[in-house]
Amino acid sequence: MAKKEHKVRLLGTWRSRFVHRVRLALKLKGIEYEYIEEDLKNKSPLLLESNPVYKKVPVLIHGNNVVSESMVILEYIDETWSENPLMPQDPYDRAITRFWSKFIDDKCLAPIRTVLLTDGEEQEKAMKEAKEALKTLERGLKGKFFGGEVIGFVDIAASCLSIWSEVLGEVIGTKFIDSEKLPHLHSWIEEFTSIDLVKESFPPYDKLFASYKALREDHLAAKFSQN
Amino acid sequence: MGGEVVLLDFWASPFGMRARIALAEKGVKYEYREENLANKGELLLKSNPVYKKIPVLIHDGKSLSESLIIVQYIDEVWKNPPLLPEDAYERAVARFWADFADKKLYDSGTKIWKSKGEAQASAVKEFIENLKILEGALGDEPFFGGEKLGFVDVMVVPFVCWFHAYEVHGGFSVAAECPKIDAWAKRCMERESVSKALQDPEKILEFVGFLKKKYGVE
Repeated sequence: MAKKEHKVRLLGTWRSRFVHRVRLALKLKGIEYEYIEEDLKNKSPLLLESNPVYKKVPVLIHGNNVVSESMVILEYIDETWSENPLMPQDPYDRAITRFWSKFIDDKCLAPIRTVLLTDGEEQEKAMKEAKEALKTLERGLKGKFFGGEVIGFVDIAASCLSIWSEVLGEVIGTKFIDSEKLPHLHSWIEEFTSIDLVKESFPPYDKLFASYKALREDHLAAKFSQN
Repeated sequence: MGGEVVLLDFWASPFGMRARIALAEKGVKYEYREENLANKGELLLKSNPVYKKIPVLIHDGKSLSESLIIVQYIDEVWKNPPLLPEDAYERAVARFWADFADKKLYDSGTKIWKSKGEAQASAVKEFIENLKILEGALGDEPFFGGEKLGFVDVMVVPFVCWFHAYEVHGGFSVAAECPKIDAWAKRCMERESVSKALQDPEKILEFVGFLKKKYGVE
């Protein structure tokens, strides 16, 4: 069992929404760590060794403990550094927290990604799916945040919907979360991104925009050249 | 801890079986309600409006869905015997493998009976690969939970009664490909909580036949 004082390292990529969740959690808990940027086209031996099953980031290395999958990492962080808990204490509230976190991963992220990488009918279908999922997600808000009056576990899971949905939306010329159709989620983004610690944790907007724009263009070009 | 417990379920669902095993391990008395998935009841639609799926656990009037979440809830409310380990890292490892089983077993197994020809052969290969990865995680321990049945065992063991259907349709043998998993499955079946929750593999095979007709897969 690793003690809290043992060295913490995080393998990640600057752009990843999943890595960001972990970085935000570490920041909120005030945990010092070494960040290691991975090149996913040329994965390091350390990454391949520490996540042989998926070979993906984020991977948290804490002493001898190696943890992968962002939501598993978040619970590990919360349980190991248990001051200022991110998860609620009551079992039912914890179950609801896990439910919304899973909903974000299972239902919101995939269609948003499809919207970014496609066009025409496929994109329209994915957009409809994304907006329906986001509308459902609004039910998880408990006041200002998913965590109630202060941010909690689900807010961190949902961080991938804040600046990222704005960037991806701008890349394709739309808004995923507009104030008219998704007023509560829109307010959440404003409240969430106005918190200093959160604001400081984001990668630069322009860099994200350029990177996702290039990703979209590459994908569409590859698709076109296959036809 | 008191209060009525109701489980909305479907006899063949491996996800429902997870909840049944967890409740049995904890000695929790509950009312089992079989749902007709072709004609979902009002209580199901009301208590799981997001997904409209089983299993749904209703405890003291409060409803929960998603088997991974339900089993963790059961483990936290009825603490003995514990399914998740105490240590934070061991819990992370257990959650990782439970998530792997969730992401990889059901979908690749389903693809086996839902497809034909090359697609089916590829699904069989994928399923066996995933099972071998799990077998690696089991190592030489009797259970994923170590000496005793634990969280990952509860998450994975329901698929065991579906193996026969996958084997028949896919033309392979779990025992031949993954002997440790086969031995582990037999060990789990010695526990009453498991043997009572899992269905007869022949009935599951028959059910898959019905599903194939329903989805027009011949």
